[in-house]
Amino acid sequence: MKETVDGKLVVRGATKYYDTKSGPLHAVDNFSMSVADGEFACVVGPSGCGKTTLLWSIAGLHSLTSGDVLLDGTKITGPHPQIGMVFQEANLLPWRTLYKNIALPFEIKRESVPTERIDQLLERVGLGGFGNKFPRELSGGMQQRAAIVRALSFNPSVLLMDEPFGALDAFTRDEMNLLVEEIWIETKKTIVFITHNIGEAVFLSDKVYVMSSRPGRLARVFDIPFERPRSLDLMATKEVFDLVNEIKAEIEHTPSQSASQDA
Amino acid sequence: MVDKELGDKIPEFGKKSSGGGSEVGLSNLSAFSSGPGIRTIGEVLAIVAVAVIIIGGAEFLIWWLKVPQYVMPRPSEIFVALFTDYEFIMPHLGHTLVELFIGYAIGALIGFLLAAVITQFPFVEKIVAPYILMLVTTPMLALVPLLILRFGFGYEPRIIAVALASGPMVMINAATGFRRVDLAKIALARSFGASTFQIFLKIRVPMALPMIIVGLMIGAIFGLLTAVGAEMVGGGFGLGNRLTTFSATLKMPQFFAVILILSILGILIYVTFYLIGKKWASWES
Repeated sequence: MKETVDGKLVVRGATKYYDTKSGPLHAVDNFSMSVADGEFACVVGPSGCGKTTLLWSIAGLHSLTSGDVLLDGTKITGPHPQIGMVFQEANLLPWRTLYKNIALPFEIKRESVPTERIDQLLERVGLGGFGNKFPRELSGGMQQRAAIVRALSFNPSVLLMDEPFGALDAFTRDEMNLLVEEIWIETKKTIVFITHNIGEAVFLSDKVYVMSSRPGRLARVFDIPFERPRSLDLMATKEVFDLVNEIKAEIEHTPSQSASQDA
Repeated sequence: MVDKELGDKIPEFGKKSSGGGSEVGLSNLSAFSSGPGIRTIGEVLAIVAVAVIIIGGAEFLIWWLKVPQYVMPRPSEIFVALFTDYEFIMPHLGHTLVELFIGYAIGALIGFLLAAVITQFPFVEKIVAPYILMLVTTPMLALVPLLILRFGFGYEPRIIAVALASGPMVMINAATGFRRVDLAKIALARSFGASTFQIFLKIRVPMALPMIIVGLMIGAIFGLLTAVGAEMVGGGFGLGNRLTTFSATLKMPQFFAVILILSILGILIYVTFYLIGKKWASWES
């Protein structure tokens, strides 16, 4: 059933409760967003505020207690072939080589592996010649590059990225951010990127959605006007500095309804 | 729609959940990852020297203290017996191996399948847990007299005993492996639209593999113990039967020759699974 909605990817009134032993846990509350085709959107918020829950719901990995997610006007009810995911800490399978890791989606879909495309992508992210290495033989940054290749390999139109660079050092993170921007400009994917690093969010996004602490609700949306492609020098300008501080203030001043539950 | 694989769990990563209190088995898998490596000539010499000192020392001490042969034969006598009584020992090795292979194949297969099925249903697991624990802790040798009563003195009671001894060992260790669920990896496979069976094959089995291999190794060693034990209880063939026969007739060199074969068998089992583990499960560490 197709609906006419404004945006490639639309989240409407997403609300999620988990059943836990200590009663229902309110993770996400009435969160809405609309991401245009080819737009780069970031969701920032304190840890444990339900960002990952939101992303899993968009990916069709989790059901929402209420609200819905629409891709091209069609409701998401399960994993969708047009959605690629990049997980926290690369999430490569340690018993498979990089190449076999990237081939996994094709094995599961019972499709032939597009070896040429994978080689090109590996080359593109600077992993040419590393296809036969095991994840443990590579640095965290290289593992995450491979994870990006895996998500891009089957050419989805939407890329969901769940704090992909949270475990990387600051320099590697900058490098990866540049890479992600380049890839986004080249491929024009629609990207929803989750992070708790405000600088990263400002550098990458067209729009930053600020989420309050648990239960996660939309606090404010910031438009990020800077020209593309952006350079790391931009990050040192006063405009960015002010913007980052404004977003930070927004996160800190959002009252938390259930501060006692936060670990 | 609640995802059939992910359920409705809070997405927390990096925490490998491991189930209830019935964890038995070797959890230290580092044995699979660190091999002995290349030895220097000095190390080889030291290894040979120690072997010579132990075997030669035993030879000398037994000779010097005039220990009677029926108490402890000299190593040289054991080696000689191994060759002179070859035809009285080796056919029995064949019998023992037949019992071990068939019983182990049946037991390990059933154990593996039960572990795979049971761990998919936590509720079922809770119900059957005490029976599994009973199977693991009860010495299956105790059933052999009963099995002989029912099946006679042939291969059957021994094969059944081996299967009963090795199966639960494989099962409990494999179950421990299957319980080590990494939600993020299952979510990964699900995001590509993987079915329950695909997740089982491509995520759960590889993740459980290190523990499955440990279970297979322990199961094989328990199988060998039980095969020999069952042969000692009754029936006129097998290495266990040789042990009772040789000791009853005070043929101690032959007795120890059989012991030597059994320890070599045990070492072979260990080395085999060590190599399998090194090949297929060294990603663990």
